[in-house]
Amino acid sequence: MTEPAAEATVHSSPLAERHQALGAKMTTFGGWQMPLQYAGIIEEHLAVRERAGLFDLSHMGELFVEGPDAAAALSSALVSDPSKLAVGRAQYSMICAANGGILDDLIVYRLADERFLVVANAGNAPLVSDLLAQRVEPFRAILDDGSLATALCAVQGPRSIEIVTPLTGLDLAAIRYYGIAEGNVAGIPAMVARTGYTGEDGFEIFVETARAGELWDALWAAGQPAGMAPVGLGARDTLRLEAGMPLYGNDLDPSVNPYEANLGRVVGLDKPDDFVGRDALRRIAEAGPSRLLVGLTMTGRGIARHGYPVYAGERATGVVTSGTLSPTLGRAIALAYVAPGDAEPGTIVEVEIRAARVAAEVVPLPFYRRPR
Amino acid sequence: MVPQDLHYTKDHEWVRLSGDEATVGITKFAADQLGDIVFVELPVVGKTLAAAATFGVVESVKAVSDLFSPLSGEVTEVNPTLAGQPELVNSDPFGAGWMLKLKVSDAGELAALLDPAAYDQLIAEA
Repeated sequence: MTEPAAEATVHSSPLAERHQALGAKMTTFGGWQMPLQYAGIIEEHLAVRERAGLFDLSHMGELFVEGPDAAAALSSALVSDPSKLAVGRAQYSMICAANGGILDDLIVYRLADERFLVVANAGNAPLVSDLLAQRVEPFRAILDDGSLATALCAVQGPRSIEIVTPLTGLDLAAIRYYGIAEGNVAGIPAMVARTGYTGEDGFEIFVETARAGELWDALWAAGQPAGMAPVGLGARDTLRLEAGMPLYGNDLDPSVNPYEANLGRVVGLDKPDDFVGRDALRRIAEAGPSRLLVGLTMTGRGIARHGYPVYAGERATGVVTSGTLSPTLGRAIALAYVAPGDAEPGTIVEVEIRAARVAAEVVPLPFYRRPR
Repeated sequence: MVPQDLHYTKDHEWVRLSGDEATVGITKFAADQLGDIVFVELPVVGKTLAAAATFGVVESVKAVSDLFSPLSGEVTEVNPTLAGQPELVNSDPFGAGWMLKLKVSDAGELAALLDPAAYDQLIAEA
């Protein structure tokens, strides 16, 4: 017997009024009502590449794991090895099913010896919260789901550091990529991480939900002289796609394993602790994945989109999982799963777009790398 | 208020009729909803379209949307500028962003379209 489906709750961001005042077009994503765009996706995208953008990421799930065995508990729950993290460092990770399928991709931050923050995708956060609670249960560790109590704003783009610096006593330059520090931002207790989903330098700033408005207002004011723009989920998607980063629900789902998604480097097959999915993932690693995620640039006219079939000659080889017109490159780009034999950069394939075959080339990822 | 000299569909196309020639595009409301338009696919000249049939697609950064012919007729011209400047559909949807011209085969179909007041009401309720 299954329970009758609960009424789907749609959460609203603590910053909803501010988005409305900025003229945002809203959308429902991962169970949250969030800004899709303000001035327009291309303009917002280019603002992040050239200057800076301010993002409301209140929808992301923040899960705290704490206790003497927190590191071992997470190592058993996830494919990576968080026990290797130094305090103040982060790693990209995944939570998998026993068959190796990806249930979510995550960032794990080590806040203290015995305290970790796991950031999950909005739509998966309730599931990941339940799974983590189960998986850490045998250990001396507890899970505290802080998703609703925690808000997240991100400043991303080359001018991020000059925007955030005046607001904090933290030495931001000392926070390296994939680092995190605790301190005040605009007088608000915060965790400041040098992570993001845009391919640019930037900061993700976690505060308690009750103070999200104060944080947003301070960041907003600080960013104006630098030409910072508010950025919605539309440009967040094009930015991450140019940066070659997968999106759960598009490019990753339970039918995909980390090796297929080119994320095998994240899997700690040899870590000391057993973990959920290990046996299946070891077999997949030994046999080799049966398909691979690749980057495509369209050489013919048209834009590949999620679900469009990919052919190598007359042979069906795979499917597009994300695609758009790249605002930075001015050409259509896509992520697709193809047969391993068709995954080599330089391979010419065709994408079926509305019953026509359009030429595309397999290219190395990312599509865009920021100038250093 | 939308332009008063046009006819509209509930799918947000507009028609400007001049004799038996109809010029077709999408409305400002539709263009605003789609966001940045980056690709327009139009039929070949000479193709015969039935009223309400798909005649092409318009793609924003985010999504693909079908275009529907307001009237039956033969395509006599497509806007050649949109291949290189699809953003004209955003910046001038009722003018330089026009999509195609039709030789109308049944002017009686015009009665099934919305007048400006009815279309204004439709988008007010959207």
